Amino acid sequence: MAVADVTVQAGTPLSSRRRKVVRRLLRNPLAITGLAVLAIAVLAAVFAPWLAPHEPTQTNLGQAFAPPGTAGHLLGTDDLGRDVLSRIMFGLRASLHVGLLAVATSLAIGVPLGLMAGYFRAIDALISRFTDLVLAFPFLILAVGLAAIRGASLGNAAIAIGIAQIPGVIRIVRSETLRLKSLDFVAAAIVEGAGDPWVLGRHILPNAASVIIVQATVAIPAAILGEAVLSFLGLGIQPPAPSLGTMLSDAQQFASRAPWAAVMPGLAIMLLALAFNIVGDSLRDALDPKASRR
Amino acid sequence: MPENALELEDLVMHFGPVRAVDGVSLQIRKGTVVALVGESGSGKSTVGRCIVRLLEPTGGTVRLADADITHLNRRRLRPHRRDVSIVFQDPAGSLDPRLSVGDIVGEPLRLMRRRGDLPAEQRDIPAAVADALRRVGLRPEVAQRSPHELSGGQRQRVSIARALISSPRLLVADEPTSALDVSVQASVLNLLADLQRDLGFACLFITHDLSAVEYLADEVAVMYLGQLVEQGPRERIFGVPAHPYTQALLSAAPVPDPTTQRARQPVLLGDDLPSAIDPPSGCRFHTRCPVAVDRCKTEVPISRVIGAGGHQVACHLVADDGTGPDVREQPVDRGVTA
Amino acid sequence: MSTPVLRVRELSVTFRTEDGPLSAVDHVDLEVTDQEVLAIVGESGCGKSVTAMSLAGLLPRTATVEGSVELDGVELIGADKRTLRSIRGREIAYIFQEPMTSLNPVFTVGTQIGEVLRIHNGMSRSAARKRAVELLKVVGIPSAERRVDDYPHQLSGGMRQRVMIAMAVACDPKVLIADEPTTALDVTIQAGILDVLRGLRERLGTSIVLITHDLGVVADLADRVAVMYAGRVVETAEVHDLFAQPQHPYTAGLLGASPAAGRHAGTHRLNEIPGLVPVLAEQPDACTFADRCPRALDTCTAKQPLLDQGDHQVACWNPVREPVEV
Repeated sequence: MAVADVTVQAGTPLSSRRRKVVRRLLRNPLAITGLAVLAIAVLAAVFAPWLAPHEPTQTNLGQAFAPPGTAGHLLGTDDLGRDVLSRIMFGLRASLHVGLLAVATSLAIGVPLGLMAGYFRAIDALISRFTDLVLAFPFLILAVGLAAIRGASLGNAAIAIGIAQIPGVIRIVRSETLRLKSLDFVAAAIVEGAGDPWVLGRHILPNAASVIIVQATVAIPAAILGEAVLSFLGLGIQPPAPSLGTMLSDAQQFASRAPWAAVMPGLAIMLLALAFNIVGDSLRDALDPKASRR
Repeated sequence: MPENALELEDLVMHFGPVRAVDGVSLQIRKGTVVALVGESGSGKSTVGRCIVRLLEPTGGTVRLADADITHLNRRRLRPHRRDVSIVFQDPAGSLDPRLSVGDIVGEPLRLMRRRGDLPAEQRDIPAAVADALRRVGLRPEVAQRSPHELSGGQRQRVSIARALISSPRLLVADEPTSALDVSVQASVLNLLADLQRDLGFACLFITHDLSAVEYLADEVAVMYLGQLVEQGPRERIFGVPAHPYTQALLSAAPVPDPTTQRARQPVLLGDDLPSAIDPPSGCRFHTRCPVAVDRCKTEVPISRVIGAGGHQVACHLVADDGTGPDVREQPVDRGVTA
Repeated sequence: MSTPVLRVRELSVTFRTEDGPLSAVDHVDLEVTDQEVLAIVGESGCGKSVTAMSLAGLLPRTATVEGSVELDGVELIGADKRTLRSIRGREIAYIFQEPMTSLNPVFTVGTQIGEVLRIHNGMSRSAARKRAVELLKVVGIPSAERRVDDYPHQLSGGMRQRVMIAMAVACDPKVLIADEPTTALDVTIQAGILDVLRGLRERLGTSIVLITHDLGVVADLADRVAVMYAGRVVETAEVHDLFAQPQHPYTAGLLGASPAAGRHAGTHRLNEIPGLVPVLAEQPDACTFADRCPRALDTCTAKQPLLDQGDHQVACWNPVREPVEV
């Protein structure tokens, strides 16, 4: 199509790719909303110790089951009189902590394995079988096992989730590597005398970066939800430290009396996951060089 | 300095059952341009990839300036890498979109530095890059740009700059102008001609575009379904083509002049293309050849020297003195358009 | 002078893009008479494909189309869906560059040709099949009775393109728009397709609008040629006139850029056109080729030259008057 392939003249102003991506991102109102929500969440989590109105573990039985809007408790209190808002803020902290740790683990292991699987046909068979193995392994059994060996904690929950995400990362990185490997600029490097590490590090990895980034932004909410599930089952963060998941599980028992104690953390999880997903989608669209038509 | 920049002896490249290249022998004398011509499925690109060792040949020999590189492993190949370079067809795909033009053109030098064989005059890599860019008609400031900011023609120039910066003995140009507009093709062809004359490298010019061949090549080799059917000096191949396929190819390429073109009767070969997995017996061209006889179906023709001056052809119907059928004068096979 | 089968007047197409508006076609006038082959020639970005697509109403919604395209008196620009649907396939047909992707891989070629016949002519399945076999013969496919039941992947690229042509002429359209029909094909196969197209005009009386960048193909097939540059028609002429005496400097430049018989790098130099094709948001009142033109005058950047009248039309303030040396 003549129009879409229109080439840029050498004389036009240098519009760096990064700037173009940011421009595209900011033009999308949904993306902006998502980014705003993420910004708020991150700030709340990072500055929770200073911003939170109350201590998250501070019980106050006299104020138990206070509804939202009660003086001093914007989102109400739970069965032990603990401030829901403060607990959510600290819970966010835990959730983001897990999310980032889990994704970091999965990337640290998955990206190199994916690169090697895509690049070296001999190793591909081996790595693919390993991926199938991990995929087949029930995630919860893995988490339970880990908790049994090393004790239930936030960190171990993160590791369990990270391991469960490795196959997804491998698959994506592998297919991107396969695609890039067949491009002429990789062949050109080989003909110039580049060795495999050079090609992988200098040509393939940087070009796979955008795919990896998008994958990460979408994997984080999955990890957060995973943590919610694990903590719900008692395999993650230990009480009285709050996590969005434990708040949900605790609130089960008194949901009729204080629905806000379940709804609020639930909403928080949902909004956070949604924001990450939206930003991830928008980032993927913005990074796609072919999507330059509205 | 060895006489031949490149020698191919019985080169064979099979991909499983696909017999992409099945016995190609070719020499490229230093400083000459040899065009390797063929249509899709001829195997010409595969030959190019074997020469630069992107592929390891299944059989035969590849000798680059007297060094047998056919089965060398990666490590042993390294010192030979600077002797051969390649320019690809697709200007967009051949440049890493994440790097600047300067990084791309300088990469061969950086690799040479790592190996320890970077010549003293090129130690200043940014300066060497600027020189290379100037030589291909680009301003040195282009080094700061990204490939996607350049036009197709400019990108091909960058590709050529990258290929020539290591001063190779042989440049393999795989369809370098096929993806470009006519006017841009002209400037790239001019550039290749100028550079080849000034720098004196040998060049294997792989293409399907016969007019570009006539412009650039000293010698021509014609491929069909993995084998060479004819090769020789440019004047002879264009003037007195001996093989029916070469004749058909020449007659089919339309000439940009209506009076001439409309007086011509192209040889129509039929669209049923044979496959490289199960090529026809005997002469592979016999299924589409207008003058094939029984012998062509059973006996594989051997490449023989005919007439004078290094003209070789693989066809049973061509005599040793070069006389043979000319399918362009035959009654055209109208059976194809019923 | 016979009345034109297809008449294009003041056709303009602008695209809405991320970086602002893009003027792809600017006030283009074209005419195709009965049984004539009109070639539209140009390089990338000249607007020839966009022009072709607007003739068939195939442009995306980001395109704003103005002007008039009249097919046998019926206006196509702005016509309602029903009119367009009845005209497409029956009066005006389109063949694309890539035969690989234009055919549906899950249906036999007979079914696909038959589909066109049944939609437009209401034929029964058996009648459509019979006609499909006839059409395959018209486009030169051997063993048509057998091949009609083949799937696209069983056919070579050249054969697929012949099938595309068969589908296009199934309902005997007045105009066939061929958008780079042989660009993706090998040269020996291309010769066969050009032969088929030539035959269409002789046997079915179809007019053809041939979009191409290949001057050899133009020389082979065209009766008249329109040369486009940056969205405008810069020269129109009968084919022999155009090649013998190109008047627009761009046309002359293009002809000089093609390697020709007997010209070798040692003794000749191909003509280069410096600079790049402009990408225009808006078409200025000036000649858009001026900055690359060896014959540019001051007037060229001050006012847009328009096509003059007559058989050989050129839009230039300083056209070439000497014939090209062979």
